[in-house]
Amino acid sequence: MEKESFILDRLLPVGTVVVALVALWYVAAVFLNAPFERDTAARNGTTITFAELLPKTMAQQRPVLPAPHQVIAELWDTTVNKAVTSKRSLVYHAWVTLSATLLGFAMGTVLGILLAIGIVHNRAMDRSLMPWVIASQTIPILAIAPMIIVVLNAVGLSGLMPKALISTYLSFFPVVVGMVKGLRSPEQIQLDLMHTYNASSAQTFWKLRWPSSMPYLFTSLKVAIAISLVGAIVGELPTGAVAGLGARLLAGSYYGQTVQIWAALFMAAAVAALLVIVVGIAHSAVLRRMGARA
Amino acid sequence: MDSRTAASVVCAQNLGLTFGTADGPVVALTDVNLTVDKGDFVSFIGPSGCGKTTFLRVIADLEKVTSGTITVNGMTPEEARHKRAYGYVFQAAALYPWRTIEKNIALPLEIMGYSGAEQKERIARTLELVNLEGFGKKYPWQLSGGMQQRASIARALAFDADLLLMDEPFGALDEIVRDHLNEQLLKLWARTNKTICFVTHSIPEAVYLSTRIVVMSPRPGRVTDVIESTLPNERPLDIRESPEFLEIAHRVREGLRAGHSYE
Ligand SMILES: Nc1ncnc2c1ncn2[C@@H]1O[C@H](COP(=O)(O)OP(=O)(O)OP(=O)(O)O)[C@@H](O)[C@H]1O
Ligand SMILES: [Mg+2]
Repeated sequence: MEKESFILDRLLPVGTVVVALVALWYVAAVFLNAPFERDTAARNGTTITFAELLPKTMAQQRPVLPAPHQVIAELWDTTVNKAVTSKRSLVYHAWVTLSATLLGFAMGTVLGILLAIGIVHNRAMDRSLMPWVIASQTIPILAIAPMIIVVLNAVGLSGLMPKALISTYLSFFPVVVGMVKGLRSPEQIQLDLMHTYNASSAQTFWKLRWPSSMPYLFTSLKVAIAISLVGAIVGELPTGAVAGLGARLLAGSYYGQTVQIWAALFMAAAVAALLVIVVGIAHSAVLRRMGARA
Repeated sequence: MDSRTAASVVCAQNLGLTFGTADGPVVALTDVNLTVDKGDFVSFIGPSGCGKTTFLRVIADLEKVTSGTITVNGMTPEEARHKRAYGYVFQAAALYPWRTIEKNIALPLEIMGYSGAEQKERIARTLELVNLEGFGKKYPWQLSGGMQQRASIARALAFDADLLLMDEPFGALDEIVRDHLNEQLLKLWARTNKTICFVTHSIPEAVYLSTRIVVMSPRPGRVTDVIESTLPNERPLDIRESPEFLEIAHRVREGLRAGHSYE
């Protein structure tokens, strides 16, 4: 077989899609921002040619859809040009959200694993708990998040914890479902083998069920970390939080700062991608250590 | 319990086992009477589905009898299992894919609490026994099917169980490797004085290895003949051409034919 070429096989297809998307975006920006320019011109009793209109649609203060370069300029300005401790730095806001995400993800993972262990080892828990676990996810998070925040505020919990708890609420679910499946994935013959050794439940767990469940765990974790971030951002919305990507989104929409909104959105997407990549790296590192085929 | 029961390794009396399945009960074993004495090498032979695996699983306490009684080392199979009385070689290798070959062999040793040094020594010894020296650090997928099966035998030999239950361990191997392992197994058996229950589909293998051959027939699974071998304990491979050997093989074939219905 031919050697894989990174440029031809990876960069070219991805690059083509990116270029196409950016082009489409510019067209959409011009199209969506043009009415404002025409109205302005009409109010001033002048007419505006397309050639005059074109650059203006890409340089508005509060465009309906900011052009890509505006968003990039805003991202650059709020990350590189501001001290990371400044309230105007997007890095600062991203860190605020990220810390809640990571805390919530950690708690959700632990909770999910513990519940899965209970469900797999105890019939009563399997029957009583699983329906509730599923029911918990049928409630829209947007409906329940404000209540959680309010209730927790009433008992004196504010700041990081309520947001992290919403992340936990979202992220434990894929972990439970994946781990129940993973811990039940050993074949009968592998379990019989443990039985012939008169292995204890704990030994069977650590030497068979746990290693068997690793592929399932990491697949779940990839989903869990991404929705943890969503949870943390949603948790910042109802409180009118002063910091965090959610707060940036909210403030942006209050003041019609669409460029700020889009910058925050892109930051959130970048953070999510980064988190999923990190989990992915951990995944392949663990599988490699477990002797998976290269 | 008479004295014979107490001295025997496996003693089954009027043993029956019926599986309750969705399409009604399946009688896997019925009216099995069998005694395996200490130091015996007993082969079980019979057509597919006659209950050979089921009987081995009963001894191993992986299935419960539905009628009759069975003792293992004079105890119930469950008590015997708690005492780790036997090593079991399954029909498939059942190695854990995330463990290297030596770690797979170490699995029972870890569970039974052998020290690290002891584990190392036993891994080396059993790897040599099944001719897998140098493959300890490999993962199961890096080995052929036959090598995997040998590794699973090594795993069953690593700890000190006097009873070895082997379910068609050499079924997937080529003739030459099979001959070699048969020889090795006989040597091991002679040296260690283990009791071995061995399932096979091969008449020559059964005759070559066994002190007794249990012929079974299906629907319902039962014992139709128990043949005592008259071969000496010392058995070179070419004993298989001797008249005595062919005579026993003939009896086994007759027994199989009698129990086999061609409906
Ligand atoms: N768990 C089970 N549930 C229901 N029926 C079973 C189960 N295990 C085995 N049986 C049935 O019991 C009978 C004996 O099966 P067993 O596996 O002991 O046969 P075998 O002699 O080992 O066959 P083979 O030579 O093909 O391995 C078969 O009819 C089989 O369908
Ligand atoms: Mg079988």
